[in-house]
Amino acid sequence: MKEKIRIASGQGFWGDLIDAPYQQVTEGDIDYLVMDYLAEVTMSILQKQKNKNPKLGYAKDIPELMERILPICKEKNIKVITNGGGVNPESCAEAVIEVAKKLGIQNLKIAVVLGDNIKDNIDEIITSGCELNNMETGESIVNVKDKLLSANVYFGAFPIVQALQQGAEIVITGRTTDTGLTLAPMIYEFGWNEKDYDLLSAGTIAGHILECGGQASGGNFLGDWQSINNLENIGFPIVEAFPNGEFIITKHESLGGKVSVETVSEQLVYEIGDPKKYITPDCIADFTSINLEEIGKNKVRVFGIKGYEATETFKVSCSYSDGYSAIGTLTYSWPQALTKAKAADKILRARLEKLKLNFEEIRTEFVGYNSCHGPLSTELEEDKINEIVFRIAVRSKDYNSVERFGKEIAPLILTGPPSVTGFAGGRPKPSEVIAYWPALMPKKLVTHSIKIFEI
Amino acid sequence: MKIRLIEIAHGRSGDKGDAANIGIIAYDDKGFEIIKKHLTEEKVKKHFEGICFGKVERFELPNIRALNFLLHNTLGGGGTVSLKHDAQGKTLAAALLRMELEV
Repeated sequence: MKEKIRIASGQGFWGDLIDAPYQQVTEGDIDYLVMDYLAEVTMSILQKQKNKNPKLGYAKDIPELMERILPICKEKNIKVITNGGGVNPESCAEAVIEVAKKLGIQNLKIAVVLGDNIKDNIDEIITSGCELNNMETGESIVNVKDKLLSANVYFGAFPIVQALQQGAEIVITGRTTDTGLTLAPMIYEFGWNEKDYDLLSAGTIAGHILECGGQASGGNFLGDWQSINNLENIGFPIVEAFPNGEFIITKHESLGGKVSVETVSEQLVYEIGDPKKYITPDCIADFTSINLEEIGKNKVRVFGIKGYEATETFKVSCSYSDGYSAIGTLTYSWPQALTKAKAADKILRARLEKLKLNFEEIRTEFVGYNSCHGPLSTELEEDKINEIVFRIAVRSKDYNSVERFGKEIAPLILTGPPSVTGFAGGRPKPSEVIAYWPALMPKKLVTHSIKIFEI
Repeated sequence: MKIRLIEIAHGRSGDKGDAANIGIIAYDDKGFEIIKKHLTEEKVKKHFEGICFGKVERFELPNIRALNFLLHNTLGGGGTVSLKHDAQGKTLAAALLRMELEV
């Protein structure tokens, strides 16, 4: 058994810094590179891509990235774990194999985790008595079943552990929890088992700290943000994990950013509910048991973590098509910028009313005044306002209403209040609204499998 | 004495469906005593009048001197349904730190 392993975060979401994973494998020693690509909406986007082309449906950044880092990972024996397989992890693995062949790599073992995608089995699942009711509203899934774009079970760390046990150097999954990506190598290397709840919770919390990339190492830091140096070359966080469940959050010293009790604390409270019950497929972690201690520059020791047995259900994440929306913006300048923007809103709304269009919601915000903090925004002395962006958004089940709304924005320039600009992008186009449907499903109804691709 | 919450605490906010989560972290023990006493569910609910249309839940994390708030029915439907500029509630931690406390 290893005495410690170093697990590095490479991506906090699909669209994150392209060079971050490259720097993680080149600027210092690590054992594992973990990359989270999947937000709720991502699965539905990937499913649409797969519907058009059965060879797509995964994060296309992955083969491109592997072309850069695979030779380095082979040389330094760094394993890569990612959930960027989306709704088609097999094609993702095939694409990486192609890249490896092109690079002349002689041997490579990639494991794919399958079984999370339940979209084609929804009817059987409902028939078997699992109703997949909406966790938030209690509504039955039957109401949206025909509009479903994606449906995936959140797997935890254990399928990845199996993949590692089979000798995989790269593990590609579909819908796996962000935290599972980091926990898995700890279970595998340290021989933890399914009942080591405190240890599993420690690994889960390490995963929570890594899952948003630079957000734990000085990015989006609301404390003394100006004290964070070299954000232009920010180092993503690294977990140095030990067999007893203790770990240290750090980063490569050559890179920028900062790891401190304060930067780590902000990430700990990010997107959590009840801190005593952070539920994952692997365990229930207790965030109130976490101890943080700064033991050096950019080194925070995390210890004392407690956890409890996992629940008997998996979380299921479904998405469905729920109408259309569009956003229009125009910029008004001094003098009376805010008054002009408000007048434009009134004129536009009257025109929309006259057209008898159908909207579920019309929302106006004034960027530069109240679009972030709404009614909490302080009143501004109008003469001191240089400019205001008038932002109006609509949502409707009716495509034509949303499309017609888009045609009413530009005319305001010549037929509304003066000193207005900012219409370079053309008419706002309707975009599909993708609604999210969270549900629970008994674990015993789901099986996963591992498929190996190798050279 | 009047203080602004931002003088004694920092934090981070994000989305959980249509609910926003706001974590507020005090810089020291004294600050944590203040936020524990003054940042009640009722006060936070009132602060976010016109923004939060559901209930406010509060949780304590004394180990990191933090409070976590869940503001239900706050993000205009959440995800891609929301028409809000800040559909994920990313700026709401700062919005809470605007609060003035009489201590």
